[in-house]
Amino acid sequence: MRIVVDRDLCQGHGVCESEAEGVFTVSKNAVVVLDETPPETLRAQVEAAVKFCPTHALRIEED
Amino acid sequence: MTVDVGLREPPQVSGGEGEHGHLDELRVDPIGLMRRTRDECGDVGQFRLADRDVVLLTGAEANELFFRAPEEQLDQAEAYPFMTPIFGEGVVFDAPPERRREMLHNQALRDKFMRGHAATIADEVEGMVKTWSASEGGTIDLLDWFAELTIYTSSACLIGRKFRHELDRRFAELYHDLEQGTDAIAYVDPYADIESFRRRDQARLGLVDLVQGIMDRRSAGPPATDDDRDLLDVLMSIREEDGTPKFSTDIVTGMFISMMFAGHHTTSGTAAWTLIELLRHPRELEAVRAELDELYAHGEEVSYQALRAMPRLESAIKEALRLHPPLILVLRVVKEELEVEGFRVAPGKLVGASPAVSNRIAEDFPDPDAFVPERYLEPRAEDRANPWTWIPFGAGRHRCVGAPFAMMQLKAIFSVLLRHWDFELAQPSDTYRNDHSKMVVQLAQPCVARFRSRAVGS
Repeated sequence: MRIVVDRDLCQGHGVCESEAEGVFTVSKNAVVVLDETPPETLRAQVEAAVKFCPTHALRIEED
Repeated sequence: MTVDVGLREPPQVSGGEGEHGHLDELRVDPIGLMRRTRDECGDVGQFRLADRDVVLLTGAEANELFFRAPEEQLDQAEAYPFMTPIFGEGVVFDAPPERRREMLHNQALRDKFMRGHAATIADEVEGMVKTWSASEGGTIDLLDWFAELTIYTSSACLIGRKFRHELDRRFAELYHDLEQGTDAIAYVDPYADIESFRRRDQARLGLVDLVQGIMDRRSAGPPATDDDRDLLDVLMSIREEDGTPKFSTDIVTGMFISMMFAGHHTTSGTAAWTLIELLRHPRELEAVRAELDELYAHGEEVSYQALRAMPRLESAIKEALRLHPPLILVLRVVKEELEVEGFRVAPGKLVGASPAVSNRIAEDFPDPDAFVPERYLEPRAEDRANPWTWIPFGAGRHRCVGAPFAMMQLKAIFSVLLRHWDFELAQPSDTYRNDHSKMVVQLAQPCVARFRSRAVGS
């Protein structure tokens, strides 16, 4: 899977960071994806980050 | 950039023959005006507000364009002339997105603070219901009660619990007068000599007086310790080089008014409408209560973790927001020409998106006028399926940054109220309605509900 961020939508709330530590971090202004193609073992966490993102700025593209 | 000769001017809705165009209609029946604009003109239609055209965009395609447009093209700051007398000169109504993102970092809205806020909010609700008689029950006016509660919660979470405990009902009453000072006549003259504007200006002076009193008492008392220093202490401690305070009481009051504004009448109204709709739909209320009872079966705290997953309550809140959005029209000023679905929107015009209209588009929300919380449950998930028409919080780069805080707050409020109290509508169901005579929409009074201690075993 590949994580795609819509930069127009991200407001840097930091929910993704809480859901999937190590995959996302929130810098000064917006999300930074630390691992754009995380392993399948992290799928549940990444899907939660996508689901709970308050601005729907994240999505997963399948390989 | 080439000139596109194929673009047309947006069509104009019927009516609006008076001196100020459709202003009078906007002040009486704004939703009727906006629905008619969509019915007659489609996704792009125009009405007239004093000396300005307002191009109303509705539907997913036009809304996406509206909500994705950068600040350089569609400007918020100039679109709300009725806010300047409320916040005061020099207090920015709506910072650009970059600044908002910074605010999220510097201030109290980030995810990691939510758990503490949930506990604070639960305490404030407990404080308000402490005076309720369990044996005899009583009545509350939903507008007054939730407006007072949300003054306490927003001041406690955004400014500090210490400041909140220096406030009482008077602050809420003055704040209400400010919110009522948002007559659309401000598009002609924000300082017109009308009753609601006179009350607005007196209320602002009254709030400055209250804040001055608090600042005086703090100055006379012992200095704040690291443990109890709040935002007011910080602002009071900032000095110019010559030692005089950097921020006047007027500016500090304006900052507090503006910090609390976006989250106040919006949350208060949504809490009231969620309760009203649940009381109108007893089966939905029972589903929400069963969910809460199960979640709190083992005495968990009303903390953020416990607030995470409440699909039934969240769906009820979302449906109250869809049917009764606190903001019915959001506006921008066009700075650079906009092209929407073959129409040209010229610089200088106002352009608007309407949650009240878009939230009820039947193609996106089947049975659009009915209260159907199930529409948010998987797999329908109609809010996520329609990110550009389910827009009670706006969308895109200007989406309400306080939305997660607001949802958490509403869940915390109902976690306390619905587990321990029974409610009942004290008026005929159809008499609960919004007052649309001001740009800040609030419940029309009377809007009374009865409460009593929750029947054991119910």
